[in-house]
Amino acid sequence: MLSPIFLSLRIATIATVFSLIFGILMAYLLNKRNIPGKSIWETLLILPMILPPSVTGYILLIAFGKRGFIGKFLLETFGVQVVFTWVGAVIASFIVSLPLMYQNVKTAFISTDPIYEKAAETLGSSELKKFMTITIPLAWPGIISGIVLSFARAIGEFGATLMIAGNIPGKTQTIPTAIYFAVESGNDELANKLVIIMTVFSFALILGLNAWLKGKNYIGRLYEHLFQY
Amino acid sequence: MSTYFNIKKKLDHFTLNIEYGFESGVLVILGESGAGKTTLLNCISGLLTPDQGRVEIGGTVVFDSEENINVPTRLRNIGYLFQNYALFPNMSVEDNIYYGIKNKKEYKDREKRKELLSYSEYIMKTFGIYHLRKKYPKHISGGEKQRVALSRAIVTKPRLLLLDEPFSALDEDTKQVIYNEFTLFKQLFNIPTILITHNKRECELFADHMIVIKNGKLSS
Repeated sequence: MLSPIFLSLRIATIATVFSLIFGILMAYLLNKRNIPGKSIWETLLILPMILPPSVTGYILLIAFGKRGFIGKFLLETFGVQVVFTWVGAVIASFIVSLPLMYQNVKTAFISTDPIYEKAAETLGSSELKKFMTITIPLAWPGIISGIVLSFARAIGEFGATLMIAGNIPGKTQTIPTAIYFAVESGNDELANKLVIIMTVFSFALILGLNAWLKGKNYIGRLYEHLFQY
Repeated sequence: MSTYFNIKKKLDHFTLNIEYGFESGVLVILGESGAGKTTLLNCISGLLTPDQGRVEIGGTVVFDSEENINVPTRLRNIGYLFQNYALFPNMSVEDNIYYGIKNKKEYKDREKRKELLSYSEYIMKTFGIYHLRKKYPKHISGGEKQRVALSRAIVTKPRLLLLDEPFSALDEDTKQVIYNEFTLFKQLFNIPTILITHNKRECELFADHMIVIKNGKLSS
């Protein structure tokens, strides 16, 4: 029973790290820089959130399959096979969790008053330093909720993962696919256990996020109370 | 002429078209809101690019549309005090003030770093904000924010100081105190300064030179 749990955690963690990097990068390029074809890029990024997971999975299967243009390249250059491996599951989770990360970071970026970045420029700050010291810290709450929601989405990913990675116990079987196949084969006990774990985990994650976001205010108020008066 | 600007920029309702130059002291630009004052400052600082014209700061050309010169804001060596101060909310008072000097090349040199830091301390003490250095912007008063913002703008030893309605967010009592401080500041630091305001009294108090703008043009 433990192997799908560990595998799910590993896949979701790696997918979230990639989502974080690409989500921030894309939110920066598309909202802070004038990139041509902005709306096309943005639509492509968001698309996996709207498409049925089976469609996303099928597209990934074609692209990353042995004869697909990316799959062929990866296999011939690095000897990496994506389809029916846990790497495929990471790619599926990454693609479906990226829109959530992007949306959260984007909202945080555009809701920050641009005056702070302008002030940093007048103080001689380089583009990179401005980004690291002003843009990112001021967008922090949005980035945190992006991480949590992407992770939750990645760990719950089922459809696209099943299409590209399959359901190989100990190799590509994650919690959601394990539940599906446990129910199908009449193993209710395993299904129940995994469902409880999944539900409790997701509940704790969202509860923790809300507490953290509110807690920031509590700490802020405590600070005010202690040091101002 | 240490400071000179000739700026043409098309805006929504009118075209900004202003030319002026001065050697030292405070130039007060008086005008109603919406006259193009902030746009003018943004063009001088490089935050906005004029359609046409030329800007010189400290005797150096930083913008010239004909010669295709456009020095980015960060290299123009200016101090800019924004209307709402724009203190970084994620940094303490001292980190706000050190932000500009940390961007300087000299900061990497140990000896010069000491000099820069002690100069910052001197500025903080001069403006009476040294005791606030560990506090965050949201925990200090409006007048204190104004002093921090002015300290942050001048600590880098700018060649030109731009002040966008620096007193408008203050209540009347604080304003009087800050006016007196600013008069002292003028004598002490003697940085060429452009101050924009819609308040005639500030003009009388601080102006060595004065221009009035209306609908983007000089008006007499």
